[in-house]
Amino acid sequence: MSDEVQIDQEVYDRLIGEGKSERIARAKAKAASVRKQKIEEGQSLGPKPAEEASKALEEFRSSRGGGGGVATKTAAPADGGSGGRLTPEERAQRVAASLGNGGDSGSVGVPASSDHTHRLLALVPPAGIQQVQSKQMDKVYTWPHLLLVEFVALLAVGSLLLIVSFFLDAPLGSLANPNEVPAINKAPWYFMGLQELLAYFHPAVAGITIVGATVALLMALPYADKNPSARPENRKFAAMAFTFFLAFWGILTMIGSFLRGAGYEWVWPWVQGLGFTL
Amino acid sequence: MPKLPKPPSYSDVKGSVQDNVIWKSIFRPGSIYRKGYRDTSRDRALAAMNNVLYHLHPVKVKRHGLKLTYTYCLGGLSFFLFVLLTITGIFLMFFYTPAAGAGTEIAYMNMRELSASVTFGGLVRNLHRWGAHAMVFAVFLHMARVFYHGAYKPPREFNWVVGVILLLLTLFLSFTGYLLPWDQLALWAVTVGTNIAGFSPVFGDQVSFVLLGGVQIGPETLLRWYVLHVLFVPFITVVFLAVHFWRIRKDGGISGPL
Repeated sequence: MSDEVQIDQEVYDRLIGEGKSERIARAKAKAASVRKQKIEEGQSLGPKPAEEASKALEEFRSSRGGGGGVATKTAAPADGGSGGRLTPEERAQRVAASLGNGGDSGSVGVPASSDHTHRLLALVPPAGIQQVQSKQMDKVYTWPHLLLVEFVALLAVGSLLLIVSFFLDAPLGSLANPNEVPAINKAPWYFMGLQELLAYFHPAVAGITIVGATVALLMALPYADKNPSARPENRKFAAMAFTFFLAFWGILTMIGSFLRGAGYEWVWPWVQGLGFTL
Repeated sequence: MPKLPKPPSYSDVKGSVQDNVIWKSIFRPGSIYRKGYRDTSRDRALAAMNNVLYHLHPVKVKRHGLKLTYTYCLGGLSFFLFVLLTITGIFLMFFYTPAAGAGTEIAYMNMRELSASVTFGGLVRNLHRWGAHAMVFAVFLHMARVFYHGAYKPPREFNWVVGVILLLLTLFLSFTGYLLPWDQLALWAVTVGTNIAGFSPVFGDQVSFVLLGGVQIGPETLLRWYVLHVLFVPFITVVFLAVHFWRIRKDGGISGPL
């Protein structure tokens, strides 16, 4: 067989025709050509039968001069006396035995009288094994691909903010005076939904109950939503519910911000002007 | 005419700048500023791994996450605005004293002077103000984006909870900052907001007292909210940001594809 595995052009063309990716088609075509070659040489395909495999292993071992991967029986015999502790001599003896120095075995770590076929290194409870369930995915290098996108986004938003800040001054009213309530008295915009609710309900309901419930609901959301799918077509109810939630707060915020004027009375901004300060 | 020495070429200068002990001690292998950076898989991986900022990212990211319409960069922009607000905030701290009260309206005077006589004072204050609003908005949008992509689903449930906490911290940061100019707008907006806190069940009065440092908004409130705004809340926020970013990596990077 040559070093370079030739691809089976026929298989390759067929797979490409079926819409398989170039990588998969190439790999399968290579495998097909290897298989074909083996058949031509009269070799058997697939895993070797058991006796053939053990014969090959035997040959391999004798050529290496010793029992290659044969493992030891390390379980200590339950000895009485001294409460399970070993005397230094016993320990030295056991170490020597487990290293195989006492016997005629050709390889280190394997005692001569061994009837085990594997070595138990550690017992790991199933719960201790971290299950990594990640699929092979189409990935790209963070540098330069992602970092470039992030840098452009950062520049765009940074410069937009700079331009806005250059032309638009932050408001600064007159000095704070606890004795003079301003005509238009509003919270920052992100609390306007809340202030609007206060116009309808007692503060204990609007301020505490509804807000507390909203926060609790948001935090409990991932535990409450048992639908495993993230596809939009499988989450129509969730998307609708969340849209209603956003719309509820959005509309309240809009009303509070733009449709309320002096004394928190309902006004039309095109009649009495915009009673809104950022 | 004596022959003048030829000026060194750009690549000569670049080589001698990059090929010395100091430069190489600053830029770790894989840095694009180090000599011998090649556009290979190895150096691309090292560039992300060996930079203190970039290594918040994994070496490789899922391709669909690059699409602008998947994340709209909202989480990253929220963080960028947080950093921008920290920087502009530090600048503003140099010119601000959280002192109010009859006859000592230093805080408000500082605000007037900031725009009038501090170089770039007004601009930096504007950046801080508009940046704060933009950050609140970006965090809201980020939350909505994460919801519509179902990105809070296992194993990312806890990171959503951390995100909700970060949203509340963002609102609290913005709200505490709202009082600091000590003008009518600030005083009364905060009065409206804190009145609500006074209605919390059982401990309403105590909550209100702790928040205001008294029974009503006064000079003590200003000092209290100043410390909350410039130190306490940012500190807590940074802790939660660290957890938030760390969990993104541990939960398998960006969610999706849908």
